[in-house]
Amino acid sequence: MSESALPNGVERREIDGERRLATRGEPVYGEPTADGWRAWDPERSKLGGMLELGFETGLSGGETVLYLGAASGTTVSHVADFAGPTYAVEFAPRPARDLLGAAEIRDRLFPLLKDARKPETYAHVVESNVDAIVQDVATRGQAEVAVRNARFLADDGRLLLAIKARSEDVTADPETVFEGALDRLREAYEILETRRLDRFHEDHLGVVATPR
Amino acid sequence: MTDAGADSGWFELVPPDDLGAARKVIENGSAETPKDWPTKAVKAGFAEDKEEYYDRLHEAATYATREVVKERERADDQQLKHSIRAMDDAERVANELAERAVEWAGSLFDDVDSGVEGARAVAARDPESEAERRAVSLAARAADLDDERAELAETIGRIAPAVAPNLAEMAGPELAARLIAVAGGLEPLAKKPSGTVQVLGAEDALFAHLSGRAPSPKHGIIYTHEFVRGTRPEDRGSAARALAGKLALAARADHYAGERRAQLHDDLRERMATIRARTDDDESDTTGADDE
Repeated sequence: MSESALPNGVERREIDGERRLATRGEPVYGEPTADGWRAWDPERSKLGGMLELGFETGLSGGETVLYLGAASGTTVSHVADFAGPTYAVEFAPRPARDLLGAAEIRDRLFPLLKDARKPETYAHVVESNVDAIVQDVATRGQAEVAVRNARFLADDGRLLLAIKARSEDVTADPETVFEGALDRLREAYEILETRRLDRFHEDHLGVVATPR
Repeated sequence: MTDAGADSGWFELVPPDDLGAARKVIENGSAETPKDWPTKAVKAGFAEDKEEYYDRLHEAATYATREVVKERERADDQQLKHSIRAMDDAERVANELAERAVEWAGSLFDDVDSGVEGARAVAARDPESEAERRAVSLAARAADLDDERAELAETIGRIAPAVAPNLAEMAGPELAARLIAVAGGLEPLAKKPSGTVQVLGAEDALFAHLSGRAPSPKHGIIYTHEFVRGTRPEDRGSAARALAGKLALAARADHYAGERRAQLHDDLRERMATIRARTDDDESDTTGADDE
């Protein structure tokens, strides 16, 4: 397993007798902790899976992040632990209630109840030139969401995207779905790296991209 | 306040300590392009420095989100209930009105088709007499009502996945809305056992059964689901039971957790494949001579 490219603030720590990815912060969802470090489970987090698989995420710690599809805040709470100002967009009220719990104890995590397909409804709050967009939305048109949100990303910024084949079309072959999504992405982004996340997330493609 | 210029930041026109005002702007404001808001806010005197800006943003965003979440959770399942009932009414009345309009128009014009589509064609005609004017106008109302039905369906398609992501994915937005409406809300639905979910909407048949007058109903409104309707009659009871079980779990996941549960959907697909495989088995037993 690659030991490369972990951002500052993300480490492999001994937790419950296992070496696991971890960040330092208040626990959020009952994850195991040790010495103030919280285990980051790659099976519950696409970004965690990408780091575990050694993706070159370009994250070094301390950056400004826009997180799309924050859900209950599992992954975004880890992101806020090692990143700088972190904007967390989630559309559904119920998971947003849990996201609030994670945000209340993280003073640079900003929760927003917004539809990631409509960036104009939060462009008056989220700042321009963020260093990274992390996207994990389970709706159809995932590439379209990334393209529409490209307006927030700095020219040398990174898009870290998990594409879920089943959200696009349950019946189609995942490879076909991924090809279609990548074609759409290329209209706004240059693709730097893609790899399947199957070890942790079935029928998901991890993508690292930068604006064209 | 919300239209304070299309491209201004949320903090403009919001006094630093007015959380109520901040909430309104965060919720309803918009901008086409993001800008360097922290720098602009400091320049505008909203905060001393960026750190103070981020502190204020944190306080405002957390407050706004908490308030909106509270409101949405309270309201959206009820909105869904009204939407689905209104859609059913609009559909029924549109059809009745269309039938009346085309029947009338058929006595005035040649080549009048039946139904809402027929009414749409009539509505596009140029009336020449008093009676034609009335028939064409009536047809136009039917077509309008049908448009309203379509828009209500679209609204339901938008709200249902937000209120009940698992239920909407499993049942489709319309059936999800119907189940929520019949139960009286998402919470009451989440508290129902799966046997009740299975016969929701079949209360007449259920009471006939309970008073000993009829066999137990196999399904209520879940009959419209492809997993039930598309299964051969002998296996429909099993299919309805399996579907109702998962729908009950989906409603609970939506009400108590609110997150999508992939496992639920995989389990249901697997169970349905097993039930439908019986058909194939039987067919290969009894009609072995047939080609597939």
